[in-house]
Amino acid sequence: MLTLSILLPLITSLALAVRSAWSETMARLIAMAGAGLSLLMLVIVWMGFDTGADAPPFQAVGELQWIPALGVAWRVGVDGMALAISLMSGLLFLCALAWPADYKGRARQYYAWFLFLQGVSLGLFLTLDLLVFYVFFDLSLVGMYFLIGRWGHGDAEYAALKFFIYTLAGSLAILLAILGLVLANDTLTFDMRELIAAQPLQGVDVRSSLVLLGFLVGFAIKTPLVPFHTWLPLAHVEAPGPASAILAGVLLKMGTYGIVRIPFSMMRETFAAYALPLAIVALMSILWGAIVALGQTNLKRRIAYTSVNHMGYTVLGIAAAGAAIGGDAARTLALNGAITEMVAHGLITGALFLMAGSFWQRTGTYELSAYGGLARVAPKLMIGFFLAAFASFGLPALAGFVAEFQIFAGTFAIYPWLAAIGLIGILITAALFLSMLQKIFFGDLVDQRQGFADLNRTEVGFLALLLVLVVLIGIYPGWLLTMIETGSAFLPLQGTEG
Amino acid sequence: MMPLGDILPEITVIVTAVAILLFATFAPQRLQWIGAPIALCGLGCAAFLCGLQIGSERLTFTGSWALDAASIWGRLLILGATAFVVVMSPDWFERDRRHGEYYAILLFSALGAMAMAGAADMLQLVIGALLSSATGYVLAAYHRDWALSVEAGMKFFLIGALANTSLMLGAIMMVGMLGDTGFTGMSAALASGKPSPVLLLGTVLVMVGLSYKLGAAPAHAWMPDVAEGAPAPSAAFLTVVPKIGAAIMLARLVSLFPLDTAAIRPLVAALALITMTIGNLAALWQDDLRRMLGWSSVSQSGYALMAISVVGLSPAAMPALIIFLLGYSTANLATFAAITHLRGRTDRADFSGLVSSRPLEAIAIIIGLLSLVGIPPLIGFVGKLELFLATIEGGYTWLAVAAVANTVASLFYYLRFIAPMVFAKSSSVPATLGAWSGAAMVSGPIAIVLLGLLVNVILAPLIGTELLPS
Repeated sequence: MLTLSILLPLITSLALAVRSAWSETMARLIAMAGAGLSLLMLVIVWMGFDTGADAPPFQAVGELQWIPALGVAWRVGVDGMALAISLMSGLLFLCALAWPADYKGRARQYYAWFLFLQGVSLGLFLTLDLLVFYVFFDLSLVGMYFLIGRWGHGDAEYAALKFFIYTLAGSLAILLAILGLVLANDTLTFDMRELIAAQPLQGVDVRSSLVLLGFLVGFAIKTPLVPFHTWLPLAHVEAPGPASAILAGVLLKMGTYGIVRIPFSMMRETFAAYALPLAIVALMSILWGAIVALGQTNLKRRIAYTSVNHMGYTVLGIAAAGAAIGGDAARTLALNGAITEMVAHGLITGALFLMAGSFWQRTGTYELSAYGGLARVAPKLMIGFFLAAFASFGLPALAGFVAEFQIFAGTFAIYPWLAAIGLIGILITAALFLSMLQKIFFGDLVDQRQGFADLNRTEVGFLALLLVLVVLIGIYPGWLLTMIETGSAFLPLQGTEG
Repeated sequence: MMPLGDILPEITVIVTAVAILLFATFAPQRLQWIGAPIALCGLGCAAFLCGLQIGSERLTFTGSWALDAASIWGRLLILGATAFVVVMSPDWFERDRRHGEYYAILLFSALGAMAMAGAADMLQLVIGALLSSATGYVLAAYHRDWALSVEAGMKFFLIGALANTSLMLGAIMMVGMLGDTGFTGMSAALASGKPSPVLLLGTVLVMVGLSYKLGAAPAHAWMPDVAEGAPAPSAAFLTVVPKIGAAIMLARLVSLFPLDTAAIRPLVAALALITMTIGNLAALWQDDLRRMLGWSSVSQSGYALMAISVVGLSPAAMPALIIFLLGYSTANLATFAAITHLRGRTDRADFSGLVSSRPLEAIAIIIGLLSLVGIPPLIGFVGKLELFLATIEGGYTWLAVAAVANTVASLFYYLRFIAPMVFAKSSSVPATLGAWSGAAMVSGPIAIVLLGLLVNVILAPLIGTELLPS
């Protein structure tokens, strides 16, 4: 079932790439069907997902040999974290695919690349093999490179190149670390389950430190954490709106997901020893992201920097959970918050970037100074944007609040000072979102925006899908939290502390 | 009684080459292309005979010829690569007066590379290297009336003359100091005593000689000129086939040295680092696709040297070398096949918008280049993965880190060619050659993808095998 949800988009993508006879509408229908069926497969797995106390670490497992000589195989399976993130990704892909964008006369290829990216992203979240994980990690770069370079605007080629080179450097660091980790194991295998059970590298010697460093640097580039974030704003600004939504909503999660799945789970001792430095880096990201975002005059850059800030919260939660101090309750809270933040940030920032894409579709500019008083001409856009922005800075009863509350509640018990300083970040994001909303929607309507069209029916429909979930998680988070807490990611927290 | 059965593949190649030569002498111009199918038949038979040897691990011909996994798979690779070049050629040389002979020379050159891959004797090594060089000069300068081709051949020849002299001098010194031309005897002599300075000098000279065949520093300078100026099929052949033979040869030579005497492995590691860095830096700003490929081939030689530097230190070294060579050969040949099919066009600007004007050719080049970077799941990725695995296991983690840095840099220059193909507008639809080159062009990327997915078939028998004699 999981394999099918990875393969369906890939097959559809291939079909779209080779069949030149299909019209634009036809291509769109087929693409939507591919993405939708893939999501359906995930939902079916979700329906059968066991959240009981004695649920196995990974469910819906499937395995098929690839290179047995190296212990590499096609292995899929989910725990609560993987399932939650892939469900969110599948939904976001569907919305981004349907969202109107400037196809530059190549709609068919645009859909094909999007579906390719969906297939490899889901593959990354669903696989249980380290090498297959790396394969998908790399392929996601290829997909994004072509999406940005071909359908981006402005200096898109340069942005795409910078994105590719930066993140390839990160992914190769991860490859070396993976090899270091696998070679430390007694038998040559890339099976995540076996590596989690074996904990091949222990303690804090040079070797395990270097391997951990490789993982953290690689994932920090992808996440991105300060000071490895400089590719992000550029890639976001030049990418088409829906691609930005995927970049922020799905691709950034690969970094944090990777941290939890690999170093956090497979090298617990070493990770615990370096949790504090990681938490400090995360704190820097929180503050730096928020402060720099405040200074941006470009709509997309501003949202992009808030991503740096939000991923900082996530990493802070992970670091707090990985530190072997504090009670189980606090650590579970912090990790659960971190994963909820991944889901929430995907939905919220995805929605924000999709709407940013709509701004570009209508006017061709992201400069905040070019807007004002849109409340009068575009009330639907205003409601959507307000809701997403409020959720983003953590207004209670919306998804962002659930996540950030848990992260900070958990971190307070472990690193009280860091948590206290981190709260400043929330204040700043609140300020920057409010000032942005005010600038765009209130004040006098700028003359050349008289004809600004409100969101059309497609846009409203898919936006509502995302935002309803944001509200639902905000007021009734139980179903999500129970799912996340099931399975492998939370194993290290059980029974290690008294 | 000589065990002739052990060299049946080589005999088949010689017989085929002679048959082609005779045929080409008497056939009219319009039938010269028939040399290609004859060559393919011969190569197919040789590959079949070579395939029958899979699994054997012994020395033959009184210890001068090795039949081990490296030799067998290396020669299979050489035969396969040569067959691919043969398919690229008929359309390219269609109007050449000496069309038919080309295949004979290709086969002789392949034979030289096969002799290097199987050599377990110093004299055999020299013969193989010389046969491969002498035929290489002809292949590079095949277009006698085209200045660039003659220049490529000339440069290849001059550097080759120097390098081969060095090879022979070194071989004489090594044989003289160790008292045996066979590797078994040399290995025993090396294990028993402390190496003398003359022996070390001889070894270094042999390495310089082999670096020429390998396209590695310090004798790499011919690579870009041959890639740019030689006929495109020759360029494909010369950047790939001699390299396979020389790499296996050098690995076997390094394996003779015990781990604790003479710092031969660190020397190879240093050469690897220098080679990959030089190749990458020179490739960065090239505006000519074939010249860029030439420099990238230099840097790929550096990666191959990584595996050689951990021979004896990591059991993964030999499988890594073979799989890497397989990945490199397939990707490089596929890219050159697409270039050949596009009539050898090579200026970066000429490739603008190729994806919309000639999608198949563009995809072939893009997949080839991405495989050279090592993007999964293409075969080039498995090669690099094995290399990293072997070097880390062998204790050369710094070399793996350097290779990673180089890989990132290499992505830049490959993308410099991919980007305009995909993102720019095309001006016109470029002309292509005929059915033969088209077949090569289409099969290249398919091979890259399939080999990546089915690599276990080749990798599994390699695991756990050793280089003879050891």
